Amino acid sequence: MHPLAAHSFPPLDSALLAFDAVSCERGGRSIFSLLSFELFGAAALQVQGDNGAGKTSLLRIAAGLLAPSGGRVLSRGEPVDSDRYRFGSELLYLGHHAAIKANLTAVENLQYTIDGRHRFELAAIFAALAAVGLAGYEDLPCRTFSAGQRRRVALALLLLSDARLWLLDEPFTAIDRGGVAMIEQLMAGHLGRGGAIVLTSHQPVSLAGLRTLNLTSGADDE
Amino acid sequence: MNSALTRSLRRELLLAARRRGELANPLLFFVMVAALVPLGISPQASVLAELAPGMIWVMALLATLLSLEPLFAEDYRDGTLDQLLLAPAGMVFVILGKMLAHWLVTGLPLTLIAPLLAVLLALPAAGWLPLLLGLLVGTLALSMIGAMGAALTVSLQRSGVLLTLIVMPLYVPVIIFGSAVVQRAIEGFSWLAPLALLGSISLLALALCPLVVVGALRLTASD
Repeated sequence: MHPLAAHSFPPLDSALLAFDAVSCERGGRSIFSLLSFELFGAAALQVQGDNGAGKTSLLRIAAGLLAPSGGRVLSRGEPVDSDRYRFGSELLYLGHHAAIKANLTAVENLQYTIDGRHRFELAAIFAALAAVGLAGYEDLPCRTFSAGQRRRVALALLLLSDARLWLLDEPFTAIDRGGVAMIEQLMAGHLGRGGAIVLTSHQPVSLAGLRTLNLTSGADDE
Repeated sequence: MNSALTRSLRRELLLAARRRGELANPLLFFVMVAALVPLGISPQASVLAELAPGMIWVMALLATLLSLEPLFAEDYRDGTLDQLLLAPAGMVFVILGKMLAHWLVTGLPLTLIAPLLAVLLALPAAGWLPLLLGLLVGTLALSMIGAMGAALTVSLQRSGVLLTLIVMPLYVPVIIFGSAVVQRAIEGFSWLAPLALLGSISLLALALCPLVVVGALRLTASD
């Protein structure tokens, strides 16, 4: 399943991602407060909660896109702000919007990734697109794609990137049943190599070693 | 760093090449307004020649303003901006690549089409070369400064008017020195001094505006 990223990550001596009493406020309203958790390698955390419970905000805080109203976000024992370069190079964030340009083809979208960090071989891009079920669609502009197909182009990054920490906001949106199984397989492979995943999803995810964090009740049931 | 810049440039130019029709709009605006001036004011060459330097510069400015709104707005809507902010290093260079691409597809074509306007507005021949050089240097500043306004208003639904209000005052020095270059050339004086000042404004904008844009975009993402 993993044609490209066969290596596994070195062992960790401190948490890849840790929330230390993090609070989030949006528009003067407290969304969640004093949230703490630690995420080591080979671990996955599913954030659950009703609409507006703060799942996306939590992921954006974890990625450093949103500043928490209180508390600290740590990576390997240090605040993520202290070394954005290292944290950024370990991170793969897939947000609500797929960040796919409609006017570029599937290959071009992956060839010219916006962040300027990733540089993938053309052969690797074709292999990844085939693996996410887009064989034969490589050179079509993404505006002709369905929502699920666009999503799959973004998901091809999971195969290509060497990031250790995946932050996935609703990765199953618009994805068909076969695609869900494929993503679960990708995630299992990533955990097997020592990676870590935080994802938000409304639907149950079948993944060994998955913890859930329910923002609505505030209880972290392991 | 440099590879981030060139890759960003290539990506943006590729995107621009896919929507050529949109790119032609500011140019057509530029030419059409110039064609209206003789109809509205006077077709007399002597009157037009008097107005031409300022007119062409004002029209270049308005044409640039027309092209600014989508600069970051599309990236904001499709999530690209988040990815941009997460770029580990060289975000400034990625942004600079975007801004340079904007100049290459608006400012540079405006400069190249300017001789046509010079003819339409009966600009004396002595002013042609200064006009071209001035526009070449000055439109770079227009793109850079305009990108600041685009970044500050990126999250607004209809940002056009606010964007214009923010950017217009900042364009004042560019237009003063830009039209001074042409005016002095026509009057037979040396026009290198205003051109040099225009160049320094552009260099300053090139150095500082990307930093302001990065700050503005970060602010937007954390909102």
